[in-house]
Amino acid sequence: MSRVASVGDLELLRETLRSRRDAKRSREPWIAVCAGTGCLALGAKKVIDAFRGELRRRGLGTEVVLKETGCPGFCEKGPIVVVYPEGVHYIKVDPADVPEIVEETIVKGRLIDRLLYVDPVTGGRDVHEEEIPFYKHQTRVLINKNIKIDPKNIDDYISEGGYSALSRALSSMTPQEVVDEVKSSGLRGRGGGGFPTGLKWESARKAEGSPKYVIVNCDEGDPGAFMDRALMEGNPHSVLEGLIIGAYAIGSVEGFIYVRAEYPLAVENARVSISQAREYGLLGEDILGSGFNFDVRLHRGAGAFVSGESTALMNAIEGKVGEPKPKYVHTSERGLWSRPSLLNNVETWANIPLIINMGADWFSSIGTERSKGTKIFSLVGKVNNTGLVEVPMGMTLREIIFDIGGGIPGGKRVKGVQTGGPSGGIIPEGHLDTPVDFDELTRLGSMMGSGSIIVLDEDTCAVDLARYFVDFLCDESCGKCVPCREGLRQMRDILSDIVAGRGKGEDLEVLREIAHLMKAASLCALGRTAANPVLSTIRYFKDEYLAHIEDQRCPALVCEGLISYFIRPDLCIACGICERNCPEGAISEAEVGKGEDTFMVIDQSRCSRCGICFHVCPSKVMAVARTSGRSAPQQLP
Amino acid sequence: MIQLLLDLQGELHWIPREVISHLSERLAVPKSQIYRIASFYKAINLTPVGRHMIQVCMGTACQVRGAQKVLDYAASKLDIGPEETTPDLAFSLRKVNCLGCCSMGPVMTVDGEYHGGVTLEGTEKVLKDLR
Repeated sequence: MSRVASVGDLELLRETLRSRRDAKRSREPWIAVCAGTGCLALGAKKVIDAFRGELRRRGLGTEVVLKETGCPGFCEKGPIVVVYPEGVHYIKVDPADVPEIVEETIVKGRLIDRLLYVDPVTGGRDVHEEEIPFYKHQTRVLINKNIKIDPKNIDDYISEGGYSALSRALSSMTPQEVVDEVKSSGLRGRGGGGFPTGLKWESARKAEGSPKYVIVNCDEGDPGAFMDRALMEGNPHSVLEGLIIGAYAIGSVEGFIYVRAEYPLAVENARVSISQAREYGLLGEDILGSGFNFDVRLHRGAGAFVSGESTALMNAIEGKVGEPKPKYVHTSERGLWSRPSLLNNVETWANIPLIINMGADWFSSIGTERSKGTKIFSLVGKVNNTGLVEVPMGMTLREIIFDIGGGIPGGKRVKGVQTGGPSGGIIPEGHLDTPVDFDELTRLGSMMGSGSIIVLDEDTCAVDLARYFVDFLCDESCGKCVPCREGLRQMRDILSDIVAGRGKGEDLEVLREIAHLMKAASLCALGRTAANPVLSTIRYFKDEYLAHIEDQRCPALVCEGLISYFIRPDLCIACGICERNCPEGAISEAEVGKGEDTFMVIDQSRCSRCGICFHVCPSKVMAVARTSGRSAPQQLP
Repeated sequence: MIQLLLDLQGELHWIPREVISHLSERLAVPKSQIYRIASFYKAINLTPVGRHMIQVCMGTACQVRGAQKVLDYAASKLDIGPEETTPDLAFSLRKVNCLGCCSMGPVMTVDGEYHGGVTLEGTEKVLKDLR
């Protein structure tokens, strides 16, 4: 690799790379295998190895290019393999399918029907990505390149037009013009707060003091959200390019990329992208001959949810305990080492090159009145097509869940949707037609957060879910301020009592009181929003709380303290799996009459209601049943 | 300091008391300050960990798909609680907040390798294979 010394050099390099790539691609097909964490969990590594072996065996090792790419988002159907130039999209590929793919699709150019996506409605098979409903209803401008790029290869990114926004900004825009462009695009922070990005940049640009810092926040702690991971793993250079442009705009010479330790692949790809950019001179001194100097350091997080908060994250970079500081002064004026610091979320940074290249007008033509652009959501939970979906702001939850997500498994009813992570809220089914943007979600008592959409069906208990979030936040509260630390603990105690059947009449009132106090008096956003799950569930699912408190009943049959398990003699085949797995030894075999039907019974006095028998009972049998609000039927004759 | 501790842990798998004393001397930083940092962050282990690290994701998406059952089951099979290590130092069981594989929940990692769509039978098999 040699240094790219000027804007002209970069364009020349891009031309060379493209013509080399296109010449090769016009002759031979190439294969993209998703190597994101999701597909890897489903065995993508073995698929990749199988392809490598098979291609070598057939002497195609040098001709057919095999790319380990980033995540295209359709994690539910992984491992995903796309064969170009046709763009044939195969799902759920097993290493055993590989020889057939090479033989049929690569060599003979034929399709393998069973690996194609089957439309559950029409029953037809979709060959290309753009025909599959999951992708068809999306507007993919941020994650569309993931499947085409090897994230560990900067040349791939450059061939796809990468770093052209940087060269444009450096060669034909003043820093103020860059700030103005971001301002007029209407981009708002994708990390959760939704603060207008341009204003943040403006204030960091105007702030006195040097050096100034720019920071990428990839401490994606919200359980259920993984778009930042997918971007950082799949297209790290797009984030880096945004960061360099931001540094130029505010006059910073040093930046940090903060990645949480739970994302080892994101750490690795960020590290590789930084060193490659440095080799090309896209980081370092006199970038593209513009006289602008800038470099980046990588900082690994060490597992603390609260460290994703901007001031806490800056403390962590300084090597201190990642606790938040009061924000009397914005971090854009006094942040890292008390210097002006511009911190944005991964997805926010990844939007910057698009805005510079396509223009603020293009960007603001997408989305709603006050929320512009697209947003990547992680659609997870009880939904058929889980994965990452990128849609214009303002699409309704119903469209996202049903058109893209393909509805709820097992024909069940949507109970609600949890958005915004642990500090968000639960939106009930009746509000599914709400357009999703920053303001609408807040109005419903939830929030955008980093963009997780967790679909809940009738088997999810609202009270138990609220308890889960409070428990989560209780563990993650740093303990610095009293309202958050003690408030969460009190709420946890009350909710634990309710789910155990020890709820009291005044509990709801007390919960509300604590919630309002925490909202008013906590130091950082974690504490101020921590009560959202409780408040929103009380608001929309009050009858469920009352069922727990007054009738000792869990309508969703979830809360262990309020349900009992029993085995239906008519269905039980006495296979004994439950008996072997019962940790309490509460299950034994019973016989009706002599030599007649045998079946298993649960001794209710020993049962700890762990539910293991319910889960291990073979799905063909399903003899273990649950009941709540009344005792289990007598079983022994 | 955090990066240093993470690197050391990468080699040693945990941070023993002597390492902290040594760091404190070399860097002229009080031990109490190092402990303050090391105990705040979950990724830093101040007790020995087992040869096999099992992490069960307790993120929301995994939670609604039954992660608690997987955790309870693994705990009962290993006869230890979450965040504990078996006396023979063979297994450590951890719950983690979100591994970012929410699509295939419940998820667990075994020695850094991801397993998606985990069932109770799957858990048993994984544990058996490691024994």
